[in-house]
Order: sequence, then C-alpha cells, then structure tokens
Amino acid sequence: MKYEEILENVTVLGAAGKMGSGILLLTAAEMADLKLRPENSDKEFVLNAMDVSDRGLSGLMRYLQVQVRKLAEKKMVFLRNAYADRDDLIENGEIIDQYIFDVMNVVKPTTRLESAYNSNLIFEAVNEDPVLKVKLFRNIDDNSKKKPWFFTNTSSVPIGQLDKDSKLDGRILGFHFYNPPAVQKLVELIVTDNTLPEAREFALEYAKKLRKIIVPSNDFAGFIGNGHFMRDALHGINEAKKISENLGFSGAVYAVNKVSQEMLVRPMGIFQLIDYVGIDVCQYIMKVMNPFLKDEDLHSDILDKLISLGVKGGQNSDGSQKDGFLKYEKGRPSGIYDPEKKKYIDISSLSSSADEYLGNIPDSMPAWKNIIRDKNKEKILQDYFNEVKAGTSKGAELAKRYMERSMEIGKKLVADNVAGKEDDVNTVMLTGFFHAYGPINDFLS
Amino acid sequence: MKKLRRKVYMTAGFNTISLGTGRKEFHPKKPRPGLEHYIKEAGKGTIDQIGGGKNVDESVIGNFMAARFNKQANLPGFIPTIDKDLLGKPATSVEGACGSGGLSLITGVRSVLAETAEVVLSMGVEVQNTVKAIYGADILAGAGWFQERKKGHAYFFPGQFSDRAGAYYEKYGRDKSRKGFARWFRNAIENARLCPTAQEYHNKVEDLEGLGLTEPNGKVFVDNLNVFDCSKVSDGASAIAIVSEEGLERIGIDKKDAVEVVGWGQVEDDITKPPEDPTVLSTIKKAAEEALESAGITIDQLGTVETHDCFSVAGILAVEALGFAKPGEGSDFVSAGHTARDGKIPFNTTGGLIGWGHPTGATGVHQAVTIWEQLTGKAGDAQIEISNEKPYGMTINMGGDDKTVVAIVYKKG
Repeated sequence: MKYEEILENVTVLGAAGKMGSGILLLTAAEMADLKLRPENSDKEFVLNAMDVSDRGLSGLMRYLQVQVRKLAEKKMVFLRNAYADRDDLIENGEIIDQYIFDVMNVVKPTTRLESAYNSNLIFEAVNEDPVLKVKLFRNIDDNSKKKPWFFTNTSSVPIGQLDKDSKLDGRILGFHFYNPPAVQKLVELIVTDNTLPEAREFALEYAKKLRKIIVPSNDFAGFIGNGHFMRDALHGINEAKKISENLGFSGAVYAVNKVSQEMLVRPMGIFQLIDYVGIDVCQYIMKVMNPFLKDEDLHSDILDKLISLGVKGGQNSDGSQKDGFLKYEKGRPSGIYDPEKKKYIDISSLSSSADEYLGNIPDSMPAWKNIIRDKNKEKILQDYFNEVKAGTSKGAELAKRYMERSMEIGKKLVADNVAGKEDDVNTVMLTGFFHAYGPINDFLS
Repeated sequence: MKKLRRKVYMTAGFNTISLGTGRKEFHPKKPRPGLEHYIKEAGKGTIDQIGGGKNVDESVIGNFMAARFNKQANLPGFIPTIDKDLLGKPATSVEGACGSGGLSLITGVRSVLAETAEVVLSMGVEVQNTVKAIYGADILAGAGWFQERKKGHAYFFPGQFSDRAGAYYEKYGRDKSRKGFARWFRNAIENARLCPTAQEYHNKVEDLEGLGLTEPNGKVFVDNLNVFDCSKVSDGASAIAIVSEEGLERIGIDKKDAVEVVGWGQVEDDITKPPEDPTVLSTIKKAAEEALESAGITIDQLGTVETHDCFSVAGILAVEALGFAKPGEGSDFVSAGHTARDGKIPFNTTGGLIGWGHPTGATGVHQAVTIWEQLTGKAGDAQIEISNEKPYGMTINMGGDDKTVVAIVYKKG
C-alpha cells in the first residue's frame, strides 16, 4: 500500500489524552495536506478520534481548532499555493479559516471502538497498561478485515511483548512521541525482529513528513528516554535521601532540585520534571520496566509514599501543573512537600539554610534559557564546568556526582544495546528533554 | 512651482514611542494602549508646546487602516479628546496608505497657504499590533490594488519589494546588494539606539551586519529579503504644528525653534499598474525632483534625509532616486558608510522605518518631527551636526509600492 492509501483511514486510540490529542493534530494536518494535492482531491481521508470520554472529545475539538490555526499561521506560504485555484479565498485570513475547516473535517470523534475496524493504521495512546493495550489490539484485529498496523506510543512497555500477547505477527512498532507531540521534535522508533519492514518504512516517511527527528531504540523496557530519565530521577531521589539528614526532607528536595536545574543547566529540576510527568506515571513506568531489569531494582519507596498520601503531580486538563513534590503558583515552584507534616513548606523558609549548605555557585553559571540557542554554547558550558570541576562546595560535589551518574546511565544504555550509539542517547536527551548538552560528554574529564 | 504666497513653518513636534516587538514594554499577550491613547498623547505632546488647543485653528489626522486594525473610522471625532479647546473646530482625516502622514503634513501646509488657518495641528496614527502579522499582511495589502491580492504573496508587501530586490540582484549583482542592505540595517539600528522613542532603542545585537546578511528563506517568508530587511509592526503616533509667521507669533515660538517648509513635491501614480522598471522608484524620483526644484536647491545642500525605508531595498533605491548614487551603485554608496550618521549625507538619523518603527499612518509625520529636531538642535543623543553650508533637510514618505508620495524640503528657521 502506498503512503497516501494507508493514511486514508486511521484511528487514534485515547485521542483526547495529552499525547493522543497531539498525535491526532499532527496526523489530521498531514491528511488534510494530502487531500489538498490535486491528485488526491477525489479521495476521502478519515481520522477516527476514539476516546472513552465524550467530554474529553469535546475538549479535543476545541484544542484542535486553536492548534490548527497556529499551524496554519506558520505555513501560510504553503497554504496560499495549496488554495491557489480557489478564487473565493483571497486573504490569508480566509484561507486559514478554510484550512481549519478542512483539517477538522477529516476528524471523526467517536466513543465507539467499532470505528477502528475500517482503519489501515491504529495509533495507540491509551494509559500505560499492557493489559488494556492488548485487549484493544485484539478486539480491533479480530473484527477488522484490513490487517491494520498498530503504532503504539508506549514509553516503556516492550513492543515484542505486545506483539506476542496480541498475536499481531509483526504488525506493530513503537512510535514514541514526546510531550507535547505538536512541539517536541523527537520520536523514538522501536521495531522488533518481527516488525514488518513496510510498516517501518511507512513510519520513517510519516515522521519525516511531520518533521520529527527519529532516534531508533531497541526494544527494551523504557527504551532510551525513560531508560535514562527513570534512573536519573532515582539518583536525584537517593541524593535527596542522603542530604535530608542535614536539611530535612523538604530542604533536601529543594537543594537537589536546584542543583539538578541550575547547576546542571537543565530546563527543570529533577523533582519538577517528576511532577511534570506525574509521580504516579513515574511509579507506573518503573513498575513496568522493573521486571525486565536483571541487576538493578528500579523502584522508589518515596514515590510510593507520596502517592499513598494523594500527592501525584501531573497536569490539569488546561495544561497547568498540579502540585507534587513541589507546590506551584502560576507555574512556578513556591513550596516543597513535607510527608511528615503532610503539607507544603514555603520555599522562602527553606532556601537560606539549603543555599548555605550547598555553598558557592560559580559566577560563570549560565542560565539554561540563555544558552540553549547560543552559538558559543559548548565553550560557555566548558568554561562553567571547569569551575564546577574545581569547586569543593557541597553543591559542586552534588553536581559532579549527578553529571557522572547521568553519563554512566547513558553509557549503560549503549552497553546494554538499548541505544545503538552514544549519539542516540544524547539526541534523545537534547531533543526529547530539551537538555542543553548530552549526558555523555567530556565536560568534567 | 510658483513662489509661495507666504512662509510656512513646522514646530513643536512630538512622537510617542513606537511600540512593538523589540521594545521591553511590549508583550503580545498583555493589554496595550489603544488608538484613543496614541491620538491623545501625541496631540497633547504638540499642543502643550504651543499654548494649548485654543491656539489651533484646525487639525488634520493621517491614518491608513484603523477601520480594520481597530474597527474604527471617523478619526476626526477623536481630535476634541486631545483638548477641549479643539471642540467645534475643523478636523480632517486623510488616507494614502503608508503615505497618510505625508498627506496630513501637506494638507496642513495647504490650509496655511490658503490663509484659512494660521496654526494647524498635523498628526498621524496607527495601532497595528491588534492582529498577528499574518493577518496584518492582509490589512496592509490594501495599500496595493485588491484585484492583485489573490496572486500576491502571503506577506503581500514584503513580496512586492522582494520582487524589486530580486530584479535589483539580477541586474547589479546579489552579493554587493545584500551587503548594502545589511549595512542599511546596521545604520538603522545604531541610529535607533540613540532615540528613546525608537522601537529598536533596546536592541543589543553586536554583529548587526552579520544578522542583516541572514539568507532569505522563501519557504517561510519571501525569496529575496529576510525579516531584518523589513520594518516591523508598530503602534505609535506623531504630531507637529504647521504655522504661518503670524501663527508663530500667536504661539510664542521663535523662528530658530522652527523649520521652514521651502518646497515640496506631491506625486500620485496609477495603483492598477505595475512598476515599469522594478529597480527604480520612479514616483519617489519625480516627487524628490519637484521638491528640490521648488526649494531651489540641489542635493548637495541637504544636511540630512528621512526616507521611507519600509524595506532596506526601498532605502537603497531612494538613495539612487535622489541622485546620491547612480543606478546600481546605491548599495556601494551605503556600504561605504556615506549614509551613516557620520557619513556624507546622514539618512534616517533616528532609525527610519526599520529602526525607529513604522506605525504606517504616522510615519510621514514622524519623519518631519525628526527633521525638525535635527535642524533645531533638539535631537538629543541622536543629534547630528548641521552645517551652515547644508542647512536643508528632506522627508520622503511613500504610500503603497511607490504610488502616493510626498517629498518635503525644510530649512533651519
């Protein structure tokens, strides 16, 4: 089947979710763009937006309307050409309105799984629950005559296991977008020995059309992204545990979060990132990954404890951050949770003693947002990390241990053959996590 | 042109800031002052210098597209909001796209010459940040012939001038032209940094010419120009008083604090016709020649020029149209630094449209304010030296693609 033919009928499962809605947006725009080509004008393109929640689907359509406008505004040069033969559409504004209609007209919101039975391709973005995923795949495959391909957005479940349990004979691959899919450039592509080569070829072409950067990952629980993130998070949690003897739990979380953001020049501190992903999601990913790991235990009793206290992080449906390890006011951390007192402690009452504990911060420390697009990034970072290397403060020691552990995790992903090469690990962290530099580097050597 | 029947002066100029991207106080998602604010601020800025609204006989306001940017027409109705003493007096709105400000000036000059007014408040205003640039491009396309809009570029006017730039590259060489454009950009920003109301006043970029040389990308913008070749989207207003000798006495301002209008050219071209030669701004050329001839001077007597550089290429072509460089040599003339503030003939000394900003309907008036400041020593940090051998200044304001042009020559009062 040709690329366009496959895209004539597609279903996104979990379309109203955070990942599903982004996948739906990008796919709907790609299908509408195909339809705009003269040779495809008589074809119908159908994109089933399947979700269990009517309310979610209604929100999805509002999200699409806003987001398609943003996409359209950015590709006006293309759209003026695409609608050149429509004499009634003269101004940019008129063309954009028509394009929004044309994209949304591809999308068929539905709560009924039966809609997927006619699809050539199923994008799966439901909860990270292997049993649920297998159940959905089996249902669709049993009722469809199309022998559809299944692209799963799982960030941690091995593809081979899903293939085997769903009896798909290689009609499945991992197509792991990063959050939010409409913005993040990275897609981890996971194929097994069994995956159909033509499905992989389609996936590569589709990613290219969406202007995504593909990093291949081997089929090992957690793949590259979570393989690094989960271990990196555990390191942060363990460091906080040690420091809590001096600073108490909240002070220690503050200190490690600060070092992992500011001194490591990352977009977020590690505890803020855990909150962003969701404490419960992190716990779940670790749980999914852990049985596949031989010589390590990927588990945190602190995560368990917070969840048992109802502290979960994650995001509200409007995209705002829920409280987790940290409390947020207008998106900025304002407090740290104390599991003993079961309440948030103001950062202002923790920071002075924790900052004193961490000690001097090098003057040359750059801010992440200032260097991320700086042409001299490498040199600025090298000069700064030279100072860190020479530093003897607790903060500098903590930063150095963090850098070393992060590199160790990266190298192990290559040694374990999860990543094909060190560059792939670095690309995932640079593009999927917006780090300013890859974990495998020479800054401290 | 016949000798003027009486002397006409301009004085008491005022500019609001040019607000838009680049200004620290600009945030696209935060509320901003509206049309009403700008008209009032600029109008008051001028009448406070001339003894209040009671001294004004009539007002003229230039504006291009408030009807679409702000869903507001009938702008003369806002003149009495400036000062209660303007109530019950004549007020007129004029429109000629980005040349509206120039029309406002020349309409005021005519009223003074007609002896129906001794003191005219001449203003211009535009508030464009109400819509994103991609929709603003639709609105600004109204400066061209609407029948041509369908086949025009998404960014209509950048498209028109990109075509001119493309023709210029082909005829005279791309590399040296791009260098000249980049130098034009550098001059504009460096001058704007000296003028606190300029949109690029806060610009801190070090390698301006390097930035100006960024390769144009037709896939996302136009083929032959980059965004640094273009003026930005601006909100702003400017005002100036146009007065007779009697008017000067009435408002108590000395001639040395005013500039005299000694000549002008106002020329209209057919909006339905494409330019005969895209590498020539023929309407600007004609207007400038008429202005110089009526003033009885040559370009060698000009101390400074404010020209309509909505795009860098328009600046370079104006340098050629005025006769400072032969056709095709304008970019070399600019690259050599001759139009910089310390060059042979300083152009756009407060940044011009690219550096100071381009609130379309206000631009013509802003140019007159800059010339008034320079010739009367009121330009602050942006002040250049005006010698007695070259006591003249000139403004060139253009509406559309070389269609509605007003060129004015001024002399130290």
